[in-house]
Amino acid sequence: MNTISKVIIPLFVLIIILYGVKKKVNVYDTFLEGAKEGLIMVFHITPTIMAMVFAVNLFLDSNFLEAALSFVKPLFKLINVPMDILPMALLRPISGTASMAIMNDIFINFGPDSFIGRLASTLQGCTDTTIYVLALYFGSIKITKTRYSLPVGLFADLMGIIAAFIITFIFFG
Amino acid sequence: MVNVIWAALIFIAIGYSLITGNIEVINNGILTHATTGINLILEMMPLMILWTGIMKIAEVSGLLNVFARVLNPILSKLFPSLPKEHKALGYIASNVGANMLGLGSAATPFGLKAMEELQKDNPCKDTATEAMITFLVLNTGGVTLIPTTVISLRLINGSVNPTEIIITSILATSVSSFAGLFLDYMIRRKKR
Repeated sequence: MNTISKVIIPLFVLIIILYGVKKKVNVYDTFLEGAKEGLIMVFHITPTIMAMVFAVNLFLDSNFLEAALSFVKPLFKLINVPMDILPMALLRPISGTASMAIMNDIFINFGPDSFIGRLASTLQGCTDTTIYVLALYFGSIKITKTRYSLPVGLFADLMGIIAAFIITFIFFG
Repeated sequence: MVNVIWAALIFIAIGYSLITGNIEVINNGILTHATTGINLILEMMPLMILWTGIMKIAEVSGLLNVFARVLNPILSKLFPSLPKEHKALGYIASNVGANMLGLGSAATPFGLKAMEELQKDNPCKDTATEAMITFLVLNTGGVTLIPTTVISLRLINGSVNPTEIIITSILATSVSSFAGLFLDYMIRRKKR
């Protein structure tokens, strides 16, 4: 598996440039043109990334999530969901780095091969950071009216989280 | 929508810290998180520029159209509002492909290019189009076939079988993507 993923990128680059040369494209000038567009793109998304990182990190600093979760603890105990996974599930759509950090803590405390360790692994892989992606992609082209995109994205996340619980239970439970 | 979330995150953070007397942490945070943001941008900038450069060659040479044509049977069902030869389709195909292979750093510039192309024929520049929303649902569903970072973290923490979660991840991600696309489809159909 590792060797495949190591070969993919070089092959991909090779094929693109070979195809370009074959079609008589001036590959160097075209690269420069595209790279310039990329630079402008970075310029456009910089404010969005700054805004999101700032707000999400302040929110994490405040420890509000842990406090809020202590109220719903008994409810989840009833249906046999391990408590330590909840902050991770809630943070997954907001911050990939934060949920990754919690996953790592779970690995350290319970081991990656424990039920909760496998559950955390599945959860991390099952969805992307919806709110960040929406902010970034819409922000880059200055879209402010996002219509029904956020509810649909969060619905997909919720289904993914529920599926991760059920599937991990079936496979390893 | 993002507007509300952003404001809510900050209100909660500062308000809750004032109540619990934890304001020192927030004070430091306000001063340091701008740097965190800039570091993130600096980290992604080199690959962004590199990939948009490489992909421009694929776009001009017509290779991007070849990608799009291969995936056309699926893409035309997902994006009925886009004509077959739309420039965005090649970038969408590349974005989804890069995500599947776990190449996050390459996926983002492809995705941003796709949005840029979609924006070009958006009549109402501040409002998301149906195609944009479907693309983002597809993107945030995060169809990752090999979650490389998770596997390496499992390995570091001494897992006996670090790759055993690949199958559960693929199943869960499929459920998530399918659910998102289904809801998106239903909303679009209802609008007509």
